[in-house]
This record gives sequence, C-alpha cells and structure tokens, in this order.
Amino acid sequence: MLAFVLRRVFQSIIVLLVVGLVAFSMFTFVGDPIDNMLGQERTQADIERLRQQLGLDQPFVVQYWNFLQNAAQGNFGVSYRQGRPVSEILLERAPATLELAAVSALFAMALGIGLGVFTAIRRDGVASNLIMSISLIGVSLPTFLIGILLIWVFAVELSWLPSFGRGEVVQVGGWSTGFLTSSGLKALILPAITLGLYQMTLIMRLVRSEMLEVLRQDYIRFARARGLRERAVNFRHALKNTLVPVITVTGLQLGAIIAFAIITETVFQWPGVGLLFINAIQFVDIPVMAAYLMLISVMFVGINLIVDLLYFAIDPRLRAGRGKGH
Amino acid sequence: MTDAVLSVRDLVVEIPTRHAVLKPVDGVSFDIAPGEILGVVGESGAGKSMTGNAVIGLLDRPAHISGGEILLKGQRIDNLPYARMRKLRGAEIGMVFQDPLTSLNPLLTIGDQLSETMIEHLGISQAEARKRAIAALDEVGIPGAADRIDSYPHEFSGGMRQRVVIALALCAEPSLVIADEPTTALDVSVQAQIIALLRRLCRERDTSVMLITHDMGVIAETADRVAVVYAGRLAELGPVAEVLGRPRHPYTEGLMGSTPAASAGRARLHQIPGSMPRLGHLPAGCPFHPRCPKAQDDCRTDPAPTLAACNGRAACWHPVNSPESEAAE
Repeated sequence: MLAFVLRRVFQSIIVLLVVGLVAFSMFTFVGDPIDNMLGQERTQADIERLRQQLGLDQPFVVQYWNFLQNAAQGNFGVSYRQGRPVSEILLERAPATLELAAVSALFAMALGIGLGVFTAIRRDGVASNLIMSISLIGVSLPTFLIGILLIWVFAVELSWLPSFGRGEVVQVGGWSTGFLTSSGLKALILPAITLGLYQMTLIMRLVRSEMLEVLRQDYIRFARARGLRERAVNFRHALKNTLVPVITVTGLQLGAIIAFAIITETVFQWPGVGLLFINAIQFVDIPVMAAYLMLISVMFVGINLIVDLLYFAIDPRLRAGRGKGH
Repeated sequence: MTDAVLSVRDLVVEIPTRHAVLKPVDGVSFDIAPGEILGVVGESGAGKSMTGNAVIGLLDRPAHISGGEILLKGQRIDNLPYARMRKLRGAEIGMVFQDPLTSLNPLLTIGDQLSETMIEHLGISQAEARKRAIAALDEVGIPGAADRIDSYPHEFSGGMRQRVVIALALCAEPSLVIADEPTTALDVSVQAQIIALLRRLCRERDTSVMLITHDMGVIAETADRVAVVYAGRLAELGPVAEVLGRPRHPYTEGLMGSTPAASAGRARLHQIPGSMPRLGHLPAGCPFHPRCPKAQDDCRTDPAPTLAACNGRAACWHPVNSPESEAAE
C-alpha cells in the first residue's frame, strides 16, 4: 500500500510540474508585463532595470526553475495591478471561496446521497419520479442562469436573502469567516445552492443508478433471506457497495466546485479567489493568474490522492490485492 | 399431515406480462415433515426456484402468489405483512443460494455477516454473537475459525464460501432450509462435501430441507422424498427409492434415462425429445404430451390429473411401472 501511495504522490508531482510549466509560460507568451507596469513616460533604462529586477532577462529554463522554487515556497511574485505579493492577496481571498465551496459540497453530498438512496429504494414512487424529473433541471441549466433565477426570486421578488456579497464577516486569526454572523450565513445560502446544485443532481443520479445495480445483487437477496431489516439491507449492505464509484465522482466534483466557483462568484460578486481571477484576467495580471492555476491544480491533485486512499478504506479487496495478500 | 413443518397447498405464482399472465408455478402441493429432506428436481425454468422463493416470500416483482396457501408449522405465511415475514426469514426459514461467490457481501467480514444475523434474530450481545459465529464457522468446517472470522469473503475459496453461506443460513436455527442449487456453481470435487455437510448439520438439528437441484445424483444420495417438477406442475412425488427406482411418470422415467451411470458403460445416453414448452405457450391437455412416448388421445385434450387424483404419486393418465399397468401387460 505504501508503494501505491508513493507512486501516486510521484504522479501528482509530475502533474504539478506540467501545470507549473503552463502557468509559467503565460509570463512569456501573454504580452509583455513591463508594458503594463511602467507608465507612458518611461525610458529604455527604466525598462532594462525592471526587466533585470524581475529576472526576465534570464534564459527560459532558469526562469522556470526560479519560478518553481518560489512557487514551492508559496511565493508567486508581486501582483502587477495591486503591487502586493500574490500570496498575500490569495490568502486574503481564500476563506471566502473555501467557505462557499465547503457549504455547497456539503449540500451537494448530503442531499445528493440522501435523495439518490431514496429514489432508488422507492423506485416507482410518485415522489421519486418527481425528484428525478426536477433533477433534470439541475443537470441541464447553466450555473449562471440558476444564480440569476435564484437572485430574482429570493432577493428581488421575496427580498428574503441578499443578492450579492458575503454579508458581515468576523476575523478569527487570519481567517475571515461569514459563519458567525446571521447576515454572513444568509449571504451564503444562494451562492452555495447555485454552486452545488449541479453537483447535487449529478451525485444523486449516480447514487441512484449504482444503488439500483447493487440492489439486484445476490448478496442483497441473501441479506433479505436472512431476515435483516430493510434499513440494514439498504444502508449497511447496499449503500456501502455503491461508495467506490460515488467517491470517485464526488471527489472530482469537489475540485470542480472550487474551480467553477468563478462563475458563481461573479454572479454574486462573492469576494473569493474566483472573482480575483476574473479581475486578474481583465488586467492581464499574470502572477495572480499563474498562482490561481497552481492553487487549483494542487487542490485537484490533493483531492484525487485522498480519493485513492479512501478506496482502500472502503474496499478490502483492494487492500488484499496491494498489501499482504492471501 | 398437520405436523408438517411446511405445507404448500395448490400454490400458484403468476407473472403478469403485457400479453398474458404467465404461471411459472401452477397448483403445486407438497408437505415437508420435521427433519425431512425433500428433493425438488426439474429442468431449468420448471418453477423449482420460483417455488422456493415463494415459500420464503422473496418473489421478484411482478411475480406474486395468486392462489393456494403456504403453512409453516400449521400457520399461514403466504399472506403475512412484510415486517412479520421478515422476522421469519433467517429465524424460521433459512436459505442457501446457488452461487457462493456472489451471495456474500464483499465489503463486510464473514464475522460481521454472521453476527448481524444472530443479533437480529436471537437478540444476543455483540460479544456473544462473535463467540457463536466462531462456533458456527467451526461447525461447517472452516479451519482456524477464530482466526478467519475477520476475513472478507474474497479471502476464501468457492467451497469455503459455500460453507460460510450454510453457516449463515443455519446460524439462527431455522426449522426449514431452502437450498437452491447449493452445489451447481461449485467444483465437482467440492460438491459432495458440501452436500454431506448440509445433510449432517440438518440431521443433527432436525432441520427440514427443501433441496432444489437438477442433479439426480444429489437427490439419490441426500433426499428422503423427491418432487419432480415439470412446467410449473408436480409430475411425480414420492419416496426417493420408489420414484428413482420405479418412476411412474413418463417424464421421470425419461429423466432417469438421461442420467449417466457408471454401469451403463459407453452406451448412448437416452434423451427426452424436444424441450420444455415456454410458459406462454403451454399445449392443451397434459403439458408433457408433445414429448411423451406414451401419449394417447386423452393426454392431448384433457388436462393432466392432479397428484391427489392419482394416489398422490404421479400426475399422469397413463403411468408407467404402476401396479395396474403391469397387471395389464
């Protein structure tokens, strides 16, 4: 099992190196940052001085190596637009995105698995069919449309919930949290639903189809023939057997939630890293873009690693195959 | 027989389809006495498993019991609500399935699966259940049961897994076990061991067995009585020695003829011509008549007699090997 983990970690590092190369290439190929940074009145000497200062006169490979070294230490340089270290700006923005992502992931998983199991057990029920039909909306409507619809209904028409921003936030250590104020919690609801709805319906439909497959298996028949309670049959025996594929997809969707927070954050003007990224693109703020790219890829790779490890926790057949064996 | 463990009376199972209502089990009646092993033989699709599933109340929808009754120790169980029937499963009626590779949950240890069954039905503690689980594994011949109890199903061979399945079916001490083709998926060398184990355990506990199989050899070795099923009906029912030795129904005779025997040498095996009719296309008269060498005109027009009308032995208008037919010859 250790060998497996090491191999996965090694693969993860390669993925990160490749993403790093792409992120770094932006510096060289997306315009000349010197142009943006210096004003209209500049001399050739100014340009040369800044070029040297930023290390842009060095060969490509050396620059890439420096970039990697700095990135590994969390140093992504200085934002062209704000003139502050990128890592500082990201840290400032990260809590907003992570809180939003955590709430919508929780919403997607809890409701997705719950409804998936329900619609599988009550396969022919009216409620199940209704839920399945409604879930098609979640799968097919684009995120920004759902966000705008929710704003229209709950913020504009009913004025129950705020239409933008995070509400009041409280600083806990270096972390600004919206969980501790009522306006912060209220502000979370609409963006969290918007962000999680697609993942929720996806998880639900997956859990349902996996459950239906597992419920046909002999060991479920045998569990029934042994007179176990329906709850034990459905949850202890059936649900556990659906978890491997469900965790795979859920893990990837979790990464997607963080990555695609961009759209939701734009719709709700949520002050997170996604919004930061969109603004960075408008101003060709390459250090911010590169850092965001690296951040997202680290998260994806990390989540995948955790998913792989969860397989071992759930399925003993994998443990035996890779480990001691019989 | 009022002291029978299981009494099945005129059982009819129906499957409604778009075109017609199929009857995979049509008017089957039999009793199983305490400690008795009843073999149920027939071709694939004859309704053997369907009968077993009906008894334990696990018919897959849309199949359902539409007629007759099933009595367990004199009490009707075919019309029990789901929750009460569930309590009988495992506790009063155990079941062994055909394929041990798929009947155990791959993600739970065999100890967990044994314990949960016993805790559910016997109301014992976790620790007590574990102790009994080890004893149960020991009894079915799992070597080093105390060490293997925390193993997962995939760590056992097919034969060992079927031993675990038998331990699971018997762990709550049911009075009846339905064994649905318990050896079909196993290696030939293991089959005899499993059958011997099942027979020994049931004899020790005085557990009755409904042994569903298409293997005449298994029936001859194991069963006390045998029921021959054809197209959802009982063709013949009687003590094993009589039915196998002097079959009265031409179908049973045909089945016996197509079983290879060591003494027969290289002689060509007899075979029953044609195949069993599909459920939606049963012929008029006796369902066996198109394949029956003894069929006469009345077989083609009159529905086959019920067992009860023929001394309870063979449901046939013109039985072979019967005292009357021999007297006539």
